[in-house]
Amino acid sequence: MVGASQSSQSAQRGQTLLLDGITQRYGNTLAVDDVTLDIKGGELVALLGPSGCGKTTLLRIIAGFMAQTKGHVIVGGEAIDGLPPNRRSVGIVFQNYALFPHMTVAENVAYGLDARGVDGATQRSEAQRMLDLVKLGHLGDRMPRQLSGGQQQRVALARALAVNPSILLLDEPFAALDKNLRLDMQIEVKRIQRLSGITTILVTHDQEEALSMADRVAVLSQGRLEQFSPPTEIYDAPDSLFVNTFVGSANLLGGVLLDADRSGGTVQLDAGGTIETRAPKGEVRPGGRVTVCLRPEHLRVDPAADGADTLNGVVEMGLPLGATVVHEVRVADGSAVKVSEPRIDRAALFAPGTPVRLAPVAPRLASVFAAA
Amino acid sequence: MAATLRNVTTYDLKLAAPLAAGFVVFFVTPLVILLALSFQTDPQGGHFGLTQYVNFLGDSFSLGVLGSTLWLGVKVTALTLLLGYPVAWLHQRSPGWAKGVIMLLVLLPLLTSVVVRTFAWVVILGRQGIVNASLLGLGLIDTPLKLLYTEGGVVMALAQVQMPLMVLPLITALSRIDPNLADASSVLGAGHWRTFRKVILPLSLPGIIAGCLLTYAAAITAFITQSLIGGGQMLFMPMYIYQQASTLQNWPFAAAISVIFLVAVLVVVSIFNVLGRLSRGYTNA
Repeated sequence: MVGASQSSQSAQRGQTLLLDGITQRYGNTLAVDDVTLDIKGGELVALLGPSGCGKTTLLRIIAGFMAQTKGHVIVGGEAIDGLPPNRRSVGIVFQNYALFPHMTVAENVAYGLDARGVDGATQRSEAQRMLDLVKLGHLGDRMPRQLSGGQQQRVALARALAVNPSILLLDEPFAALDKNLRLDMQIEVKRIQRLSGITTILVTHDQEEALSMADRVAVLSQGRLEQFSPPTEIYDAPDSLFVNTFVGSANLLGGVLLDADRSGGTVQLDAGGTIETRAPKGEVRPGGRVTVCLRPEHLRVDPAADGADTLNGVVEMGLPLGATVVHEVRVADGSAVKVSEPRIDRAALFAPGTPVRLAPVAPRLASVFAAA
Repeated sequence: MAATLRNVTTYDLKLAAPLAAGFVVFFVTPLVILLALSFQTDPQGGHFGLTQYVNFLGDSFSLGVLGSTLWLGVKVTALTLLLGYPVAWLHQRSPGWAKGVIMLLVLLPLLTSVVVRTFAWVVILGRQGIVNASLLGLGLIDTPLKLLYTEGGVVMALAQVQMPLMVLPLITALSRIDPNLADASSVLGAGHWRTFRKVILPLSLPGIIAGCLLTYAAAITAFITQSLIGGGQMLFMPMYIYQQASTLQNWPFAAAISVIFLVAVLVVVSIFNVLGRLSRGYTNA
């Protein structure tokens, strides 16, 4: 969470945003299916999902570029459904930045103020203040095409923030940047967002970006909200098989649920051995088929123990990746399991063909879902 | 790097050679002959001198024809732009199938002969034409309006005939504008009119200039439409040249008028080009 002084500032400036049962229908397909998100003032929420999951549609509905079929967009307690984009007090940073190519950087930033009838002198001083905020105070006279991608993005951010919007929307803002610059800009945007305390929606298909930047992540799939939780919870306690496999990597193993209660369960794996898991999600009773999701770091590779009913397999490949060692192990039911271990306590790299035993590093890490 | 560039250039020039040869034979050569002819003092040959030019520039009737022709071009271009921009805008904003229909309607005039199109206007504008018949039928007028053989009629007909030349460059220019720019403008608080004035219009300026240039050049040289709709009372430069060359057999004078007309058009074109260069800064996004 945010430090005390910053969070009090957020409470002052950020508006709450409630998406209440938003549904968007194109012909017979549901682009957004009854999505409800209750977003706190000053919060940074990421809408995460593969392309076509409805995240961009949601963004366009919030901005007012399209009218939803059903549901309400409520900012600071007031429904804004009937308002056109130019009266919604929303700021957007587009994926391609969409800077006006025929205006200088300062004119771009002052555009929204000009549209609001702010006088020339105030426009100039405000534009300068915003450009200083994004550390581009010296480039106001340049044309957008003379700037690098990262600089253009800062201008787009300054332009969006200059009108002091209630909500800031970021539409895949880092997708066009190369990897090093992307991390710098993510930190920069997060800094500015904290500083201004503005409620922010980040649309992205990049899970690392969503997990690292957002206070809470909303995972969407085929128009439906799969989970809306803080990043660590999304990763550690996914609500659905989709979330588990879309965020981070996961080994999927079939099995039968032996018994379960609120705190956890036990599963007999098809590939051999039993495993203690987290409480199963979905409609499943003891005796039912389940899918167990094990993240690569949930397992470790041990030398095989003869005859024991454990998760046994044969090493297919071992990759020393600096800080970690990754093994791919072919287990008894034929599936390949990835195991990632820190190099600190074991330097051992098993050669291909070595029979091994896979053991969980701790109980109740694996997630269990009713088999599809 | 330099070597590669030079190779590419020679390659390109070779490809352009057939066209260049055609240009020299069928354009440059006649132009040189025309220029030479215009300096003849007498239709029967004789000396070389500036007599024909002095005759034209000293004659208020001739200057009047030149002036009214250039002014006609301005009026036609302005009307074409005024009517064409909304069409191009509509094309840009329409869904795929409607885009096809609009494009077909824009291109359709190009698929029919200019003579046919012009006669259609004669039918529309004539004393018993569609416009007069409708107005009489509605009781709005008692006697037919004179529409044919007026400058207004010529402007109207030329605007329709040259419309594709304006609309096509406009469509190209508008389609190059990132649709996010209009969205960005509206989110920043601008209404439709402000977005159009501050973003769309300046960014479509290259298309406007290209369209105006084509329309203007086509309108002032449109011999058929000018003559058929304008009739005998109105004389424009193409008809004037034709009369001198064909009817009066005064080839040196016709050549001189042609050169003067050419220079006048080049001046107008250069003005457009300067405007185009000034607006080019807008296009490189």
